[in-house]
Amino acid sequence: MPAPGYILVLLLTVIFTLATWLQPLAVAWTKGRAQSNNLLAVTLGDARRLFANHFFIKADVYFHSGYYPSIFDQGRTNQLHIAEQAGQGPGAHQGKTPEEEEKEEDFLGPPRDWIDKFGRNFYLTEHTHLSGGHEDEMLPWLKIAAELDPQKVEVYTVASYWLRGKLNRPDAARDFLREGLRANPNSYEILLELGRVYAENYHDPDRARNLWQLAERKLKAHERATGEVDIINERQILLYRAQLEEAQGNYQAAADAIERLCLVLPGTHAVEREELEKRRAELLQKANTSPATPAKP
Amino acid sequence: MNNIFAIGSITIKELYRRKDFYVLFVLSALITLMAGSAHFFHDDKIVRYLKELCLLLIWIAALVIAITTAARQLPAEREQRTIFPLLAKPVSRAQVLLGKFLGCWLAVGLALVMFYAFLGVVSASREHAWPLEYYIQALWLQWMMLAVVIALALLGSIVFAAPSSNGTICLVTVVGILLLGGHLHEVALERPEPMQSFLSTLYFLIPHLEWFDVRDLVVHESGLVAWWAVGAASVYAMVYAGFLLFAAWVLFRRKALN
Repeated sequence: MPAPGYILVLLLTVIFTLATWLQPLAVAWTKGRAQSNNLLAVTLGDARRLFANHFFIKADVYFHSGYYPSIFDQGRTNQLHIAEQAGQGPGAHQGKTPEEEEKEEDFLGPPRDWIDKFGRNFYLTEHTHLSGGHEDEMLPWLKIAAELDPQKVEVYTVASYWLRGKLNRPDAARDFLREGLRANPNSYEILLELGRVYAENYHDPDRARNLWQLAERKLKAHERATGEVDIINERQILLYRAQLEEAQGNYQAAADAIERLCLVLPGTHAVEREELEKRRAELLQKANTSPATPAKP
Repeated sequence: MNNIFAIGSITIKELYRRKDFYVLFVLSALITLMAGSAHFFHDDKIVRYLKELCLLLIWIAALVIAITTAARQLPAEREQRTIFPLLAKPVSRAQVLLGKFLGCWLAVGLALVMFYAFLGVVSASREHAWPLEYYIQALWLQWMMLAVVIALALLGSIVFAAPSSNGTICLVTVVGILLLGGHLHEVALERPEPMQSFLSTLYFLIPHLEWFDVRDLVVHESGLVAWWAVGAASVYAMVYAGFLLFAAWVLFRRKALN
């Protein structure tokens, strides 16, 4: 072949020319992906959300030190235990005794045969929870779950519960919740939890009040938009609000919060409503007897 | 016995001359160190995720090394025609098989020691502790499990034509047993006959390799396995490996080599 060097140079020139022409077009084609600064978002796209739940469950597996049912084991509740502990699920409000909890978690049952019986020597067969400061071992999975699906709100609230409640790291909890709030600006769950950080860890009632007020507004807006009532979170927001106002001596505002709670409680909560009415009456009595304080809405 | 050790020593030399182990070790180390460089919530004491990842890589690497090393032993000897001078010496086919098995098993054991030493250093750099008993139990049980895997691959190298097909089938079988072996009886009970009897029989026949996987206990340090159970599992693995090697010998002694 004559002058292969020239042919190589010619081909290189064509490649270079084509690249300068195609590059601006390629940017336009991949506009969505090119703007993402997250490696996982670029590589996995929306498929990453499928893996987020896996890592959230992984955190629960760690919470139980590996004692966790496989897909073959039956009798599992839908709610993750770390979420229940964090007050995110119904279990936290059902007043289970340790014995009841143990029974629920005993998914293994008696050994089915000698192979199963002998095999139990090689894995954990007791229901335990992380404790003694080892709770931080769950955090990597929660962080990864949040990276994979930033719209998975419970990841932020659960992580915050463990960070501020058990690991005494309110700064990390606040930062993570703020990260969640940036991804989910309408999340009343994150605002509720952020309010708890300010109220319980930073002892900053004014900021906590503002956050819970905003949470209540967001929750109402969500209820109006979807027609669904989130009684668990609404109950928590109003109870925390009442607690805060009472501690601050704003008895009227506390009584108002309880009144609003009584209005939203369903008919099945008659006993609770009765207790709340009693408490409201006490608060109103205190409001009348104590010197006037400016009631905050 | 000297013949067996002589053949075994050649296999060990083969492992450190080939690049497989080094590549897998460096790859595992790189992935682990990259994962270790990540700091979650500015907490540098979190270590369990790192141990889990490192152990997973060790299991993958060890399985790949064991199966690929064992699967190519006899086909390579036949292909290079070195099996003929080997058998022309006063070496029986049983000794060739046992030598190959012993060499692969010891070579994989050496690789495991390297891997677990790395795991120990990585986790000690974070948690400042040496849970040696956990590592020793995990290493020993994994090594015992690999004896069964190597014997299976040697048997496969006589049954199947190519090392690649043998390796793939062995890997799929072993991974399948590790994932489903312990649950096969549960699945069987939910099936109608005759599938129920078939699955139940299979459950009692397959090697229960899942017993030897104690990664969760190492990661969470949630209690050592009773030493009698380790001993019993080791005996089970040895008997199973013996059965597979015997089956391999039965097929190998009548097999035409050209």
